[in-house]
Amino acid sequence: MTDPRDAATADRPHGHEEHPEQHDGYEAHHEELGWWRTYWFSVDHKVIGAQYAVTGLLFLLFGFGLMMLARWQLAYPGEALPLLGKILGPSRMPGGVMLPEFYNQLGAMHGTIMVFLGVVPLAVGGFGNFVVPLQIGAPDMAFPRLNMASYHAYFWGGVIMLASFFLPGGAAQSGWTSYSPLADIAPSGQTAWLVGMVFLITSSLLGALNFLTTIIQLRAPGLSFMRLPFFVWAQFVTSFLLLLAFPPLEAAAVLQLMDRLVDTSFFLPSGLVVTGQALEVSGGGSPLLWQHLFWFLAHPEVYVLILPAMGIVAEVIANNTRKPLWGYKALVYSVLGIGFLSFVVWAHHMFLTGMGTVMNAFFQTTTMIISIPSVVILTALILSLWGASLRFNTPMLFALAFLPMFGIGGLTGLPLGLSAADIHLHDTNYVIGHFHYVVAPGTLFALMAGVYYWFPKATGRHLSERLGKLHFWPSLIFMNGIFFPMLIQGLAGMNRRMYDGGVTYRHNQDVLWLNEVMSISAWGLGLAQLPFIVNFFWSLAKGRKSAENPWRATTLEWATPSPPPHGNFLTPPAVYRGPYEYSVPGMDEDYLPQFAPGGPPDEPDAYHEEPATVPAE
Amino acid sequence: MTTAIPYTVEVRPDTGLNNVKLGIWLFLASEVMLFGALFASYILLRVGAPPGTWPQGTEYLSVPLATLNTAVLISSSVTMVMAWASCIRRDFGKYRLYMGATVGFGFVFLIIKYIEYTSKFEHGWFPETNTFLAIYFTMTGLHALHVIGGMAVNAYFWLPGAKMWKTAPEQFTNRVETAGLFWHFVDLVWIFLFPVLYLL
Repeated sequence: MTDPRDAATADRPHGHEEHPEQHDGYEAHHEELGWWRTYWFSVDHKVIGAQYAVTGLLFLLFGFGLMMLARWQLAYPGEALPLLGKILGPSRMPGGVMLPEFYNQLGAMHGTIMVFLGVVPLAVGGFGNFVVPLQIGAPDMAFPRLNMASYHAYFWGGVIMLASFFLPGGAAQSGWTSYSPLADIAPSGQTAWLVGMVFLITSSLLGALNFLTTIIQLRAPGLSFMRLPFFVWAQFVTSFLLLLAFPPLEAAAVLQLMDRLVDTSFFLPSGLVVTGQALEVSGGGSPLLWQHLFWFLAHPEVYVLILPAMGIVAEVIANNTRKPLWGYKALVYSVLGIGFLSFVVWAHHMFLTGMGTVMNAFFQTTTMIISIPSVVILTALILSLWGASLRFNTPMLFALAFLPMFGIGGLTGLPLGLSAADIHLHDTNYVIGHFHYVVAPGTLFALMAGVYYWFPKATGRHLSERLGKLHFWPSLIFMNGIFFPMLIQGLAGMNRRMYDGGVTYRHNQDVLWLNEVMSISAWGLGLAQLPFIVNFFWSLAKGRKSAENPWRATTLEWATPSPPPHGNFLTPPAVYRGPYEYSVPGMDEDYLPQFAPGGPPDEPDAYHEEPATVPAE
Repeated sequence: MTTAIPYTVEVRPDTGLNNVKLGIWLFLASEVMLFGALFASYILLRVGAPPGTWPQGTEYLSVPLATLNTAVLISSSVTMVMAWASCIRRDFGKYRLYMGATVGFGFVFLIIKYIEYTSKFEHGWFPETNTFLAIYFTMTGLHALHVIGGMAVNAYFWLPGAKMWKTAPEQFTNRVETAGLFWHFVDLVWIFLFPVLYLL
């Protein structure tokens, strides 16, 4: 076969033949940068990826902490919280008892932080930044300085969100959805929320256009689109969602800021009465407009949360089944289909707003359709396990657990997508259980699989397998201990966002005892993260040293030393075949990397039929 | 930094684009969604208003001033293209002239916009007066911010950034083209704002 490098060397500015000393130059230059430019104002995608990942993990811990606190109030409503209650002070927990306003802040900020400051930065900013340029054989992102700006916009957005807890009246407390008119008349924390969101949206926008340009323009010679690893496809579609879905939320944030700061009435209807007094505004606005603009972002956002996770799971499963992924093309077309469809399902969050049965019928139909490509992806991943001899390392355990957990999350979503069933289920704990199954033991488990899988590449050292299993098994049990009871409570009719856990409602009495089970599970889940934290820092310093390709994987990020040098590859890589050529018949090794010349020809399925001969070359 | 990113200036053969041009088009796509959401909000608010309460634009706004401003912005788009064309012809003197004119037209646009705004305020018409004025000030204000942003970029390439002309004329031409694409987009948004807010 021909060397794809031949066709492309003319276009690449630096063929390695001409510049063998190039990388020494990088290293020398690299040394000159001080600490600030190496670790804080870095333009290297690997450092920026690490910045995103570490900041994202810290925000995940903080956001989880908020909910561990709120769950005290849900399990033991009105009881004083020892010690921590005192520290948080009389404006939040007078006498150790949580104020309703503070409970609302915890809920709103938990959602905001987990979605916008935790999962997306870790999944897209962290893994996307670190892995995508390596997997496509690029020296860096297409716009390195834009990449740096993207991280810093995210960081300051996060600082604004955190600082809002110390404003008079506290942080935002109108839910992570910030529904008007409640959010229009909320204390100043809501303004900080909106300003913080503008920063985060800017960050996502810069990141998204950078990813898209990088994937389209900087693929290595021979790496056609249908040879891209599925993770890159997932990030590609995710970036489109971020690019096109976030601006409407920015518009909505601008309108709500206008409402709050210069007294317009975009989201305030005429004749609104607040605490017995008519609100002095011109009126004529529409609270539904906010919901449309918000969900036009926030439904594609759901897929921003899940697609990178599916990408990670696909990589880990292919690697640890030692088989090609089942149905690579079906996976690619499904992920593209999800991308398109995710823009036309948003109003299924609004069935009960009175927008009308015709609208409901339309969005119910699109919602049922979008479940098809999601099921195709999940099915392909499960079928990939068929007949494999699995390697049960920690990344694989997390990836395997993703499959049934995401399955529960997805299937429990179907009744919510039917507007008739939604009348009963809307705004109950069932909804909370449903989307947490998707995002927590779904996405978060996949992200953990990614952390364990790519940690050796990023740091040059392995995470401990023993501590990894100590992290995985309790996490799996406690996750289900938190979220499964929510489904039961919701089916019984218990509403979400209840400050007292729903004790005053008669129909809740039979399922109230589950509140304590869930809270204890939540605190247990917190404890189960300790092995991970210890593992992270211990392995960073003392972990087992990693080779270049420790998992014996096929994709391009394993074609460079661990950790990769500045500029990524010692010689410009070229790609000869699809991403998942494991257990190719006739080969000595059970994996045939994309970057290895030789091997059987790249005719789909041809060499699965007959034993191939290895060309001498 | 020193990492050589391919295709920053030259075109990648199989995509037919360089990185910068793809990047600016993607950015403009997101801008379309931003202004698109505001136009959609305008439609929803207007359709949702009680019958007869939504004012005609001419009740509050001055069509002659807006027409003048439309002419000013279109002229600036023409000079922007001329500036880019001068770059391609490697005629730096003409480039300076046309780019200066583009920035100047931007200033004229903002001055006229300022006159419009102050006359509204003198009448006691503010964003909180009614929803029509609210969306008028929001959309034209956001557009004016884009004009200022575009002017900042153009002014940079007009004066301090123009020294790149000597070292890398091709890359400089690309940058002018990219700035031009953004400037035309800002112009295009106004072409939509004018009829929607003033005439309908």
